[in-house]
Amino acid sequence: MLPLSGERKDAKGIISDKINSIDILRGSSTVKRGFAHMLKNGVVMDVTTVEQAQIAEEAGAVSVMVLDKLPSEVRKAGGVARTASIRIIEEIMDSVTIPVMAKCRIGHVNEALVLQETDVDMIDESEVLTPADELRHIWKWDFTTPVVNGARSLAEALRRIEEGASMIRTKGEPGTGNVAEAIKHIKKVNDELRTIKSIYDSGDNQDLVRMAREFKVSYDIVEQTAKLGRLPVVNFAAGGIATPADAAYLMSLGCDGIFVGSGIFNSDDAKERARAIVIATTFWNESDKVKEAQKMIDERQSMIGLDINTLELRMQDRGGSA
Amino acid sequence: MTLKLGVLAIQGDVAENVSSLKNSITELNQDAIVNIVKTPEEIAELDGLIIPGGESTTIGQLSLVNGSLKEIKQKVESGMPVLGICAGMVLLANNARDKVMGKTEQPLFDFLDIDLERNSFGRQRESFEANISMDSIGISNYNGVFIRAPTITTASDDIEILAKFNEKIVAIKKGNIIGTSFHPELTEDLAIHKYFVNLVKETTN
Repeated sequence: MLPLSGERKDAKGIISDKINSIDILRGSSTVKRGFAHMLKNGVVMDVTTVEQAQIAEEAGAVSVMVLDKLPSEVRKAGGVARTASIRIIEEIMDSVTIPVMAKCRIGHVNEALVLQETDVDMIDESEVLTPADELRHIWKWDFTTPVVNGARSLAEALRRIEEGASMIRTKGEPGTGNVAEAIKHIKKVNDELRTIKSIYDSGDNQDLVRMAREFKVSYDIVEQTAKLGRLPVVNFAAGGIATPADAAYLMSLGCDGIFVGSGIFNSDDAKERARAIVIATTFWNESDKVKEAQKMIDERQSMIGLDINTLELRMQDRGGSA
Repeated sequence: MTLKLGVLAIQGDVAENVSSLKNSITELNQDAIVNIVKTPEEIAELDGLIIPGGESTTIGQLSLVNGSLKEIKQKVESGMPVLGICAGMVLLANNARDKVMGKTEQPLFDFLDIDLERNSFGRQRESFEANISMDSIGISNYNGVFIRAPTITTASDDIEILAKFNEKIVAIKKGNIIGTSFHPELTEDLAIHKYFVNLVKETTN
């Protein structure tokens, strides 16, 4: 079992309250990380309208992520990308029974507070939007609503978890329809986990503290992670996933689930593709079912992909050094 | 005799339940194996099944895809013990409505004649931990973790109410069927998983 603790005594997001004089606790790590545990083996889909959210729910998505524009459209539009219209987020919350997430800009505390007040189920502090603070991410321990962050390496992931992230998604390059970066980063994280696990198993504490210094995180979190041999929170793959086979491959690399951004609603067969990606994620280790899922989609309807090497804007780099 | 226990691995927090079951059989010194199950063939082999927390719409729809829904229905109707947790409890019902959306069209097992309300305490920000007692099965002081939890508003007379929270029904039992609104697999306390293992043992003997 993944550790659900990791409390900070000064966390303002943990609230002792009462329901009809019965004591309750909200916003604890168990409740926040536990929410992410319920998403496992599922697909979270980016949506911009009520209609898309309903298609996602019918297809079997575990959650929807509300954006103003899909990542590929953000890329085309340029300018500053901010959190979605609250009115649209609320309309979507009233139109589906599955959890609703929304993105805020990296470091933009008050955009996140607005989303918390809106009662979204999870906040994504996301590099798809234009960062508000290049040096600091949000201190997520002060939020009762759980927050998910992107990461390209174990160091980035552990820094976000130390700031209070309840879930990680390994970044790809959003809005490209190109899964290569997502694969690269999950493999990098897996390699780094193997490294610290072998150091831990060898009992070389001095080498573990060296890793902590390199990662710019505490010794405690490195030790805890090394002992587990995996990230201490749920970890999804994200960025550039466009087909059922893309989803199945990332699941086979040990991801707990999948975020699909532009890949579904920028295709010309969104309904079938949404369903097919869910089936391939659930049955990723049964090649006949993944093949059936892949057959549900038409490659001529897939979004046109982008070559990573020719991109002017690399969203994945945003906030990465902090 | 070796008990064959399974956790339905379509979607949700499968690994946590596997871990709680394994720790329970160790503490009970019970001869049993714990498998993750997905296909009708794997489910057919079982003596007891946990349907874990997750999204009930996703688990229900995808259990239809590969025929596991039908197999579970047959097994449970012929007496196999089942523990449905949160989304798993939603699936046990014959009737589910969402607090905001009203009646939902979703595949359900129809085992229990109850009125079930999804997201009964509200959205994730309202999720909470609280102390729960299930005195009739000898479990008290249990830390209930409620995550976008469902509750039961009315239950037919043949259903035993194991726990209430703030007047809402949060744990029930009807013969071989148990449902909880909260997540025993997210706590260290094995009381509910152990109770389930013992129920499987009694049923199988």
